[in-house]
This record gives sequence, structure tokens and C-alpha cells, in this order.
Amino acid sequence: MSDIEAIWRAESGRVLATMIRLLRDFDRAEEALHDAFLAASEQWPKTGVPANPRAWLVSAGRFKAIDRIRRRAKFGDIAREIAATEEEAWMPEDAESIADDALRLIFTCCQPEIPADGRIALTLREVAGLTTEEIAAAFLSRTPAIAQRIVRAKARIRELALPYEVPEAEQLAGRLDAVLHVIYLIFNEGYSASHGKAAIRAELCAEAIRLCRQLVELRPEPDALGLLALLLLQDARRAARVGPDGDIVLLGDQDRARWDQAQIAEGSGLVRRAFAQQPVAAYTVEGAIAAVHCGAATAEKTDWAEIVALYDLLLRADGSPVVQLNRAVAVAMRDGPEAGLRLIGGLLERGELGRFRYAHSAKADLLRRLGRSDEAKTAYETALQFTEQEAERRFIEGRIRGLAN
Amino acid sequence: MRYLCLVHSGPDIFSDLSETERRAFDRDSLNYDKDLEVSGHFIAAEALQGPETAVIVKVRGGEMSTTDGPFSETKEHLGGFILIEARDMNQAIRLAAGIPMARLATIEVRPIYSIPDPDRP
Repeated sequence: MSDIEAIWRAESGRVLATMIRLLRDFDRAEEALHDAFLAASEQWPKTGVPANPRAWLVSAGRFKAIDRIRRRAKFGDIAREIAATEEEAWMPEDAESIADDALRLIFTCCQPEIPADGRIALTLREVAGLTTEEIAAAFLSRTPAIAQRIVRAKARIRELALPYEVPEAEQLAGRLDAVLHVIYLIFNEGYSASHGKAAIRAELCAEAIRLCRQLVELRPEPDALGLLALLLLQDARRAARVGPDGDIVLLGDQDRARWDQAQIAEGSGLVRRAFAQQPVAAYTVEGAIAAVHCGAATAEKTDWAEIVALYDLLLRADGSPVVQLNRAVAVAMRDGPEAGLRLIGGLLERGELGRFRYAHSAKADLLRRLGRSDEAKTAYETALQFTEQEAERRFIEGRIRGLAN
Repeated sequence: MRYLCLVHSGPDIFSDLSETERRAFDRDSLNYDKDLEVSGHFIAAEALQGPETAVIVKVRGGEMSTTDGPFSETKEHLGGFILIEARDMNQAIRLAAGIPMARLATIEVRPIYSIPDPDRP
């Protein structure tokens, strides 16, 4: 049973992507995916897991879908005709076209005809396999609102009969931004899961990196290269980010021997390659910041002046309050906690980060370092209000207990 | 996750259907329950008798009292429910859209709330 669950986590996204291409309908594809896994849970315990589970699931899903269309066709000749043509159209699948399906699906979900908020929610659900509830938590939004965005986005694809394909070169440029942004969000949801038990969902990180690699092969644009660099460098530290009991380990306390040096070398190389191309993309600068961290042999040797300079560069491309917050933390490391605290105080006063848990935990951490325990406790407690993820909650609760001693 | 699909129906939703159509509709409804069962989504489903058959019970200050059901002439009432197991809200919505009653009535999809054990904070 745990075998099937592991395969669900690894394969359901890609099987779904293929089913959507074959059936040209999200809902029917989802039904077929469900049926395929149901068949697997009945058959595999008896016959063993097949050598290529993905191909098995695609073929079972396809078979079940034909079955359903036939059953519905009992009452109408038109439906029967559809069933017949679809059956003919289904040629045997080669492994390569199945592998491309997830990328094709992202481009389908990110078409300009779909409203921006719907694109992201739809992709996170259909490509990254997040549930409606998880997406709502990730966006600090309500489940019914997200659910309806997804319903409307699917309806839009159906109404306009939007093509299911990776676009040709000339149209691709306009859609690349949205696709990169979604890949970035998928990675982030994996790297610091918004809620649930585990702090890191490695399969989401791996999927985002895989998709980004495919994109770079397709179009080695500077921002795609920069994003791939950033993801590789962040992911290189993954093993060191949680302790044996699932607790969060902060950057400064991580065992740097556990960082993946091969991945750091690849990521740093990509940063250099991306920096050589104009214009320099925001992802590239973020990648460069990650590269500085990864290049420091110890936490004390981190070049914070360089990092602040890179944040200044990043602010020109992306002046968002989250980037300003990260810069404030870097300034605190370079110039001392008071300097950082002044900047974070200003940001919080402007109100945009009021519900952002990291703004309050960063403030709390600086107060703690200054020995202002009471204020630190208040700030940690505010952070806790906006934290639904168990490992993060434990971390903050640990810090609050630490203040008491 | 479990979701409760509440069927809210008006007073004369079947009035436009002939006897034969009505029977076909009921057959569809029962078949859909079976479909859900086969696909592993089904937990329970019942249709309810009209609101005029209901008795309202409450206890206040230790005293039990009863009144007639909440029936009024035009308001929608709870006509039935299907309790389903779904991966997420959007899957629950898709399954609810397949309920034949969705064509005549409206379906409210509500996630089940698990009351946390009060003795284990």
C-alpha cells in the first residue's frame, strides 16, 4: 500500500498531464487518473508493481476513460462517435511525449486568456498536485475563492478550446514570465511548505527543477537560466535544512558538509552564465545571493556586504516588500541588529507585511539578539499566529521557551 | 477529506417532469450513488421527506420543547445529502456537479470539520 502511495506522489502529476493531453478535458482526465490508481490498488498487491508504473497507469486510465465514455454513450450516438474517434486517435505513447506533458500542461495553464490568479492556482493544482486547501493556505486565501478560480480557469480553457501545447518560439517569449513564476512558486511550496507536517516536500522541489531544466533546454533565456541556478543552489542545502527529528535548522547553524557541492558548482556556473547575458534577470540576482551563501565555508565568513549589494541590485527589478525584508536581514548581519530592526519596523508600519510570518519572526530574532526579550516574545507570538506549518511552529515555540531562560 | 453535499431544493422542482421522466431521473440518481461507490468516493447518501414532516426539538434550561418543521411556502429546503470522500475541494465540486439533482436544485459543498479532542491540546 505504501508503494502505491509513493508512486502516487511521484507519478500522479505526470500521469494526469498525459491524460489531459489524451482526453483534452481536465475533469475527465482527473476521473481517469483516479480510476487508474483505484485499479492499481486492486491489482498491484496481487501481481506486484509493474516495471514501468507510469506507462501502466496511463494505459489503465485511458482504458477506464474509454469505458466511461462508452457507458455514457448508451443514450446518444454523438457520444458514441466521440468514443470511437478518441479510440482511433490514441496511438501508442512513446516515453518522450509523456515526459513533455508536464511542460505542455504548464504552458496550457499559463495562457494569457486565463486570468493571472487562475493560472497560478490551476498550475499548482494540476501540475504540482497541490490540493485546493493547500493552495489557499499558500496564498493566505479562502478555499472557496481558490476553488472557484480553478473552476473558472478550466471553463475558460474549455470554452475557448485553448491549444494544449508548448507554443512556438515567437509566442513563447510572452508566456515565459508566467511559466517561470509558477515553477518558482512550485519550488517554494516544496522548499518551505505552507502547512502540514513536513517542512520540506522534496518531490515538489525536484519537479520544479526538472521542469525548469526542460525549459532551459527549450529556451536558454537569461531568466530561465537564472531561475534554474537559484533553484539548484537553494535545493543544494535541502538536506541540512532539517534536523533528524524534522526540526528546522537555520542557515547559520547548518552543517555545511551536508550541502550538495556538485549542485552548488552547477548552480554557480549557471549564475555566471546568466550574468553574462543582458538584461540581468531578478532570478539571476537571487541566484547570485544564494551562490554567495553557498560559497562561504562557514557562516561567519559570509560576505554580507556583497549580499546587501546584490539586494540593492535586486530591488531595482523587484521592489516588493518581501525583497526589502530580506535586504533588511542582510543589513542587520552587516551593520548590526539595530540597523535591521529600523528597516523592518518601517516595513511593518507600511502594513503590507502585517500577515507575513517571516516579517514578525525576523523582527523577533533581531530583538532577541539585542536582549530585548519581552518585545521579542511578543513578535514571536505574532509570527506564530500566521504559521500553520508544524515544524515552523515548533521552531518558534522553541525560541519563545529559549527567551524565558 | 470528507465533504457533505447538501441538496437545497425548491418546493416544485419535479412539477415539469412527466411520470416517465421522473422515474428516469430517480434511476439516474440511484445510479450516480453506485458510480460514486465504485470509484471509492461514496460514504452515505439519503433523500429526505418534505419539511412538513419534520419536528424541531430544543432543550433550554433543562426543558425540552418541540415545534413544527421549518416549512414556509417558497423557501428552499434541505432535500437530501451525499457524504463523499474527495482529494480536495475541487474534486468535491466536480463530483457534486455530477449529482443529477444539481440540474434541478442547488448543491452546497461543505468540508467536514473534525472537532479536535478537547483533552489533547
